[in-house]
Amino acid sequence: MALKIVKGSIDRMFDKNLQDLVRGIRNHKEDEAKYISTCIDEIKQELKQDNIAVKANAVCKLTYLQMLGYDVSWAAFNIVEVMSSSKFTYKRIGYLAASQCFHESTDVIMLTTNQIRKDLSSPNQYDTGVALTGLSCFVTPDLARDLANDIMTLMSHTKPYIRKKAVLIMYKVFLKYPESLRPAFPRLKEKLEDPDPGVQSAAVNVICELARRNPKNYLSLAPLFFKLMTSSTNNWVLIKIIKLFGALTPLEPRLGKKLIEPLTNLIHSTSAMSLLYECVNTVIAVLISLSSGMPNHSASIQLCVQKLRILIEDSDQNLKYLGLLAMSKILKTHPKSVQSHKDLILQCLDDKDESIRLRALDLLYGMVSKKNLMEIVKKLMLHVDKAEGTTYRDELLTKIIDICSQSNYQYITNFEWYISILVELTRLEGTRHGHLIASQMLDVAIRVKAIRVFAVAQMATLLDNAHLLTGNMQRNGICEVLYAAAWICGEFSEHLENPMQTLEAMLRPKVATLPGHIQAVYVQNAAKLFATVLKNQEGNTDSTTAQETSQLMIERLPLFVQSANLEVQERASCILQLVKYIQKLQQKDIEVAEEVSALFAGELNPVAPKAQKKVPVPEGLDLDAWINEPPSESESEDEQPKAIFSKEEPKHSRPRHTEVDEKELARRREARKQEQANNPFYIKASPSSQKVYQETAGVEHIPVVQIDLSVPLKVPGLPMSDQYVKLEEERRQKERAEKKKKEKKKRKEKRSGRGKKHDSGPESEEDITPAHMVDIVTEEMPENALPSDDDDKDPNDPHKALDIDLDNLVEAAGRRPLADSEKLPVRSHRAAEVVKSPTEDGEMESVASQEPKKKNSKEKKEKKKDKDRERKKSKDEKKKKKHKHEEKEEDLLRGQADEPVVQSEETSEVVAPPTSTSAEVSDLDFWLSTAPVPSNTQEAATVAAEAAPVPEAASGTAPASEPDEPKDTEMEETKSSKHKKKKQKKEKEEKEKKKKKKHHHHHHHSDGGGEESVQNGTVEEEEPLPPMSNYCLLAENSYIKMVCDIQGNLQDGSQVVVSVIFENKCDSFLKSMEFNVLDSLNCKLQRPEGSGPHDGLTVPFQLPPGVSNEARFVFTVQSIVMPQKLKGTLTFIVKNEDSSTHEKLDFKLHFTCTSYLITTPCYSDAFAKLLESGDLNGSSVRLEGINMPFHHLLARICFHHHFSVVERIDSCASMYSRSIQGHHVCLLVKTSGQTVSIDAKCDEPTLLGNVLDEIKQTFSQC
Amino acid sequence: MIKAILIFNNHGKPRLSKFYEHYSEDTEQQIIRETFHLVSKRDENVCNFLEGGMLIGGSDYKLIYRHYATLYFVFCVDSSESELGILDLIQVFVETLDKCFENVCELDLIFHVDKVHNILAEMVMGGMVLETNMNEIIMQVDAQNKMEKSEIKTRHILSCIPQYKIQYHSHHSCHYYGDLTVPLFQCTSRIRDH
Repeated sequence: MALKIVKGSIDRMFDKNLQDLVRGIRNHKEDEAKYISTCIDEIKQELKQDNIAVKANAVCKLTYLQMLGYDVSWAAFNIVEVMSSSKFTYKRIGYLAASQCFHESTDVIMLTTNQIRKDLSSPNQYDTGVALTGLSCFVTPDLARDLANDIMTLMSHTKPYIRKKAVLIMYKVFLKYPESLRPAFPRLKEKLEDPDPGVQSAAVNVICELARRNPKNYLSLAPLFFKLMTSSTNNWVLIKIIKLFGALTPLEPRLGKKLIEPLTNLIHSTSAMSLLYECVNTVIAVLISLSSGMPNHSASIQLCVQKLRILIEDSDQNLKYLGLLAMSKILKTHPKSVQSHKDLILQCLDDKDESIRLRALDLLYGMVSKKNLMEIVKKLMLHVDKAEGTTYRDELLTKIIDICSQSNYQYITNFEWYISILVELTRLEGTRHGHLIASQMLDVAIRVKAIRVFAVAQMATLLDNAHLLTGNMQRNGICEVLYAAAWICGEFSEHLENPMQTLEAMLRPKVATLPGHIQAVYVQNAAKLFATVLKNQEGNTDSTTAQETSQLMIERLPLFVQSANLEVQERASCILQLVKYIQKLQQKDIEVAEEVSALFAGELNPVAPKAQKKVPVPEGLDLDAWINEPPSESESEDEQPKAIFSKEEPKHSRPRHTEVDEKELARRREARKQEQANNPFYIKASPSSQKVYQETAGVEHIPVVQIDLSVPLKVPGLPMSDQYVKLEEERRQKERAEKKKKEKKKRKEKRSGRGKKHDSGPESEEDITPAHMVDIVTEEMPENALPSDDDDKDPNDPHKALDIDLDNLVEAAGRRPLADSEKLPVRSHRAAEVVKSPTEDGEMESVASQEPKKKNSKEKKEKKKDKDRERKKSKDEKKKKKHKHEEKEEDLLRGQADEPVVQSEETSEVVAPPTSTSAEVSDLDFWLSTAPVPSNTQEAATVAAEAAPVPEAASGTAPASEPDEPKDTEMEETKSSKHKKKKQKKEKEEKEKKKKKKHHHHHHHSDGGGEESVQNGTVEEEEPLPPMSNYCLLAENSYIKMVCDIQGNLQDGSQVVVSVIFENKCDSFLKSMEFNVLDSLNCKLQRPEGSGPHDGLTVPFQLPPGVSNEARFVFTVQSIVMPQKLKGTLTFIVKNEDSSTHEKLDFKLHFTCTSYLITTPCYSDAFAKLLESGDLNGSSVRLEGINMPFHHLLARICFHHHFSVVERIDSCASMYSRSIQGHHVCLLVKTSGQTVSIDAKCDEPTLLGNVLDEIKQTFSQC
Repeated sequence: MIKAILIFNNHGKPRLSKFYEHYSEDTEQQIIRETFHLVSKRDENVCNFLEGGMLIGGSDYKLIYRHYATLYFVFCVDSSESELGILDLIQVFVETLDKCFENVCELDLIFHVDKVHNILAEMVMGGMVLETNMNEIIMQVDAQNKMEKSEIKTRHILSCIPQYKIQYHSHHSCHYYGDLTVPLFQCTSRIRDH
């Protein structure tokens, strides 16, 4: 009592505890900061006291202030003091404070090592517990290294309370000190089977966390986890394990098979939604990892989708959300199963919860098809109108654009509709995505040539009504759209109906209020429009309009010349002067239109986004090597001590540049500019040069767009996209009706047998033909671009260091026992050192510990690479085997007795790591190969598989609704034939695709892999065809061999491109090769301007011994109906070490009629119309003794003669091709036995005759 | 892994913040504000998951929260955690608080944030779930409190730390926000499993 009075009289401040502090703060709402600062002063006083209780009280208050955002790191030392109190109460306060505010760069941490060690070995379990908890929050690499051994000992503590904490903290130790993983792992594994469920759970937790980052190292634990999964009843543990399996299955398909059954059981039995959900998730992961060939595959997928539907329908929003989330995972691999729940997902779009709507939107992205795109987008547009809050509306907008533009506009059948949608989107107020809409408009207008007329009309209207968009200006992102509109109207101004009006709209004074970059585009494109107007007026005798236009320009442009924006000003003044000059010329009645439009001539090609990155580094070029000697400044730095330099290099490199003085910088900049200006390969950054005008010679590989407009292109004012929906519906109905009619006809001819399959079922994807046949212009890629899409992983990921092979050390099998260096450091004299000089010591050690780490990880990377390579190899093998599997499909359906054997063989190849000697791995193999499924369920599964057709085969009908008829032989027959049909269809598609590819690349080898497919459709596997090549021998002697391929030029109806491969056959160097032909009247070699008609062309390369290279030569042809031969000579110099001789080689170039044909896809209705038109002349030919499969025959015709298959029914196929001058060639190929008859029609009989002769010859050769 | 556990009230006042990764005090405050901003604008009957804010790691992290009376309990977790599992964990946490404080309300958290930390430490350690069994948690917390009491008793006369129990009602007048004494469990529905 007496003491208290004394205290009170001295000062009240020692009485203030945490509660008083809180109360005080709450009572000082007005001047909280001030109050707290006085409190902090008090705390500082308290911390100076010797009484540990007072200190602890102060630290406790600091912890609270830290939560409020006050920096308390200044008290770190006092915190350590409180931590080291012998009283648990204070110790706990100290550790709590430390865990809240210590981190790796808190330097007093190094003083704690011994204290923590003491606490860890305290007889009081709560001292230990508190230390572990605290340490888990502030463990540093040093602490981890020094304490790893102590913590490992604690993993075997008698108290489960300590054991579980020790186990859990090991994960943090591993992260900070990866070297500890190998020595600690065996004990960690032991803890998986600890008698205490808490410890077990902790071990599962740690291993799951480790395995999630580096799953392959933990595959060998799968049996153990499997056991746990089937025995444990702790939902937390189960969830963790099941999640872990989800991460492991992609590495080991057999594991997935084993999991399916217990997971399915859990799904059926558990009442815990969290567990059910994770089971469903893992089943999905399993199904994704398993390639088809699972008998009860579709049953599992059905189960998952069914359960998810229940979740989504639940009134609990959380379940709904997760259901949708998991659905989107299924969607990626089994879109069909999800698509049947479209109703539900569309319903979710109306949900009041935004998160749920966003998830539903994600799902929609994958659910669109050609058939339902318009309908879905229409629904989304309604939501856009209704949406409150810009965030969600903007999200909708991006989603609409994402959905429509996905995979190269794959699902868009009507681009007019799409443009209308985009235009409608511009009416959204306050959206941030004007830029996105603009780039879509540009992309579509540039890449879909057929739509330009329509697009230009729409954009002109937009420009005319620009005031609607710019209503509340500037902050309104939508005015970006005008950028696109102006550019499109300018670039494609030839399509404008009334360019004058648009020009006027673009020069309105209000334009000057737009952002600078848009004004710049306006000015530039006004000039383009001006050129177009002049050109249109050229023929007119009355030149007033042209002069009026010039006058308009001269009147309006000065507004822009005054612009504050440099870009606008520069362009405007440039163009203004130009127009003034033109006006002068006009007044003298000089025709200028030609010259003016030449300013803007040329076609624009889209370049693929990664094109620049994909340009392969030429051989012998080292990009890291210095081009010039490094500047002298850095040399002086090199002289500094090595150790510092190498250690801090990354940090240093930046500031070093700033040391260079301004003058030097300017000089260098100048030099660089000079260099860039002279470098033709340097792409300049100014927007005006973004456009790459192609030289005429370079345009060969721009694919042509075929337009077949079956919908009249009407240009109404601002269209309502809805009307397109209606139009489209009508069009499709008409198409369907026609198709049905045709089918009926066919069926009559063929007599109805198994004809039911096509029955008016729901319209399938393939049936919908686009309104405009639109080839989307490919994005250009550099030649021999590397296909690799190297995923760049974060190099700073701490988990990388934990990628450690753990298999070998289990039970110390003696394979790779722990090396001495790997043993955990045990308590030593180090602690004393620390006190000596903390900073220096720390630095030194971190260097020392980093170096071996780096080395290690490098080694590991190497290993990983090896493994990857091997895996790839075996994957290839697997693919090959898959082919076989497909052939055996029918056997599989009947009974898959032999299937598991094959499967396990191939997978063991995949899995077996390079060090497959490990007993552990073979144990795993054994465990995985024993079938867990009882035989009767397997039988049941087989029956189920037979009752339900292969899921892919039934595109329209859900497997669940399949009638449960008794399976008799007849039914099986229909099924297999159905399957065949399907396969044939696939082949056809595949071939068509191949042909289309050729469009873009004249130079096309028969193996032609690695090219990017840009067609609308999906790539599927194909039965192997014999290798084919169109390259035929041109001439050969002892020095050189020439093979060539001739292809028509898509761009120019009178050009043919001859690709010649020169191969050096001798041991000498071949140089100065010159290629020359004797032109005929009809056919001429294109020579560079200025050279005579008899000059040869220099081959642009030399050939070292044994090397071959390809060169291309362009020929102009007038008539293409007849084949033709040209004589030519190749002259070259053979250079030996001592001598060089002139040599020559004569050859004959054979231009077949085939080489004038270009593979052109044709849809069956267009084909039918063509035949019905009666413009074509017929002819036919019979081939005898053909004994190759029909599809091979077709493939050959397609490949060698540039045809595409229009339609194939059994042993009959229609094919189509087009000549470079637009002749249609139609074939009807029928086969019976060894006879093949080809009926052909073409609008040019001579050409047709020759083509047929050539086809005949092709087949007589084989 | 759990990246952070935040408790704040309907007005964004932090009542507990536990970060399992180091941030500066300023960033921590910003994260709390950002999270509050994200969570507080959501209706009562919407789902309890949302993507993390930019400061805490963006869409790689999920915010999983529950709202009890005047308090939000927010866990920021990565993809290795089960969403529903964490929701249950929050429930266990709050139920444990309820048992330890007897009808827990916001005031308990305001004045005893250290105790809340101690309870939490028995459930989550270094970002990993340590224990989910409520009885086990309460047992350990009680045992430690007992130890503390015994220590304090022996030094009570010397110590200037007064009794823990305080009288909320005497301070009622200075509450600015709602009724802080509303028991958190008044408006919650017990949940599915565990």
